[in-house]
Amino acid sequence: MVCTQYSHLSNAQGRVTLLFLDSLTASLPAEPPDLHLVHQRIKDNVEVLQDFRVKREAGRARQEYLALLRQDLAAYYSYSDFLLKKLMELFPLPEALINRGVNLDPLGKWSKTGLVVYDSSVPIGATPEYLAGHYMLQGASSLLPVMALAPQENERILDMCCAPGGKTSYIAQLMKNTGVILANDSSAERLRSVVGNLHRLGVTNAVLSHCDGRQFPKVLGGFDRVLLDAPCSGTGVISKDPAVKTNKDERDVLRCAHLQKELILSAIDSVNAASETGGYIVYCTCSIMVEENEWVVDYALKKRNVRLVPTGLDFGKEGFTRFKDRRFHPSLKSTRRFYPHTHNMDGFFIAKLKKFSNAIPKMQKDEESTVETASPASAPEVAAEPQLKRKKLERLKVTTGQKKQQQPPSKGGSVQRHKRPSPRRLGARPPARKQHRVHRNRQ
Amino acid sequence: MRPLTEEETRALFEKLAKYIGENIQLLVDRPDGSYCFRLHKDRVYYVSERILKVATSIPGDKLVALGTCFGKFTKTQKFRLHVTALDYLAPYAKYKVWVKPGAEQSFLYGNHVLKSGLGRITENTAQYQGVVVYSMADVPLGFGVAAKSTQDCRKVDPMAIVVFHQADVGEYVRHEETLT
Repeated sequence: MVCTQYSHLSNAQGRVTLLFLDSLTASLPAEPPDLHLVHQRIKDNVEVLQDFRVKREAGRARQEYLALLRQDLAAYYSYSDFLLKKLMELFPLPEALINRGVNLDPLGKWSKTGLVVYDSSVPIGATPEYLAGHYMLQGASSLLPVMALAPQENERILDMCCAPGGKTSYIAQLMKNTGVILANDSSAERLRSVVGNLHRLGVTNAVLSHCDGRQFPKVLGGFDRVLLDAPCSGTGVISKDPAVKTNKDERDVLRCAHLQKELILSAIDSVNAASETGGYIVYCTCSIMVEENEWVVDYALKKRNVRLVPTGLDFGKEGFTRFKDRRFHPSLKSTRRFYPHTHNMDGFFIAKLKKFSNAIPKMQKDEESTVETASPASAPEVAAEPQLKRKKLERLKVTTGQKKQQQPPSKGGSVQRHKRPSPRRLGARPPARKQHRVHRNRQ
Repeated sequence: MRPLTEEETRALFEKLAKYIGENIQLLVDRPDGSYCFRLHKDRVYYVSERILKVATSIPGDKLVALGTCFGKFTKTQKFRLHVTALDYLAPYAKYKVWVKPGAEQSFLYGNHVLKSGLGRITENTAQYQGVVVYSMADVPLGFGVAAKSTQDCRKVDPMAIVVFHQADVGEYVRHEETLT
């Protein structure tokens, strides 16, 4: 393409190379460097690096350019050479941001994409780089569940409570914009920002909906992975929302926990256990309450054919297997807790579940209700009918949802039948707990 | 959600052609799978068939967006491009305008591009030609319509408008609620 040039200052290729030559030969002697010159050279250098093949000086390697750039940036912004090297290894964005006067650092060993912003002389949410979709602002802890989810390319992924879209966009990034992400949030209001963020960041593989998460296997099922960032009391993010300190009480926490239990079951039901690459559910909350975390996961372990697997995050505290008078499944050790005071991020809880069968062990609940409440003879029939219906529904879902696998309907049915006489597991549970559960079910 | 009618398709393609010319062909026939345009709540979305399949199973009133939103039809059936289409306009743009770093911010706040902020412009740009606006670092910032042809740009005074603003990435912050 032919371009007419109006500015004599910018993009003059000859001038860029000339400056570079000067600078390398007379590379900053004892006298303090002229900052204007250095700044100009940084800009020119970046320009060359952006289109290296065309604009470079013949015979000079990229390494030489990079070394000079690092040296200049260190001089101009008074960074140590070591830190700058680390920053530049990450990716070129820091350079652009440091150029705008933002003070940042790599996030930690565990993330190559995250940067911590300490302070900034410009509004960090309105730089041209931000608007052009080069980065997204979010809590460090938001990267963790997505890393635990480890989405693969060409998968079908459900993000159940997606607003404001930070995690969704990271999922899309990891999937390289392939496959499909269904980003759902119950609030249409909050989805507006998701739409903006996803379009800004160039995510093209997402479908956005505002269904209630609890309807999920009915709307659409058969996903390879599901991320459930459940709505919670927010006790982990008190630093962001101090109102939590005073306006949350026991009832709020229990109400959240109840919703979370419903959501985690529908999340599990939406996953296709027969998926070749996936079959995983990641449950996370920004709460540190046991009621909203271990308790919910423990509940899911009992209600569905899932088991806990390591999250793939090598730091964070192990989840509780016992808390006060509660005893949880021993595998809850593989969940992870993060605290503001120890990990310097929001309080957070992450559990990764693997679904190993599409069948829902329903009889368990019915048996439980008949045994524990010792209800009259009519109860089993009443309980049996909806179960039949649901089973039909489940079959229907399986047949329509996953056309690839032909066997699930029959297979699912057989496994279900297999599973029916399973109150053995029930008997193992301490009686005190049983009562409690029944009570909660009725609530 | 439904496919576009004949007239709607024409309106959409006429508008797109102002920016990317015959490159529309590349949007429709892609080597990496079949893509199509779909209308949902007056918005036009550009999606791959695979994503479309997922979207069809969601009830219409619950569906918020899918794929990339290109723009919307006004009540008088005119088509308006949104800034969200920039990702597809920029790579195929026939005519481009680069703005100087000083004028970048002004454009991102929704102002027209003045001659003083004009870095460079594609040669042979005709008057009222659709153009994509870039920063000097080749970051797409938005799009607009050339107010002056390349020839006329040389002559006009520094405060004259050379590109009429239509959409810019600043709208992601300014008009977040109207993007879809």
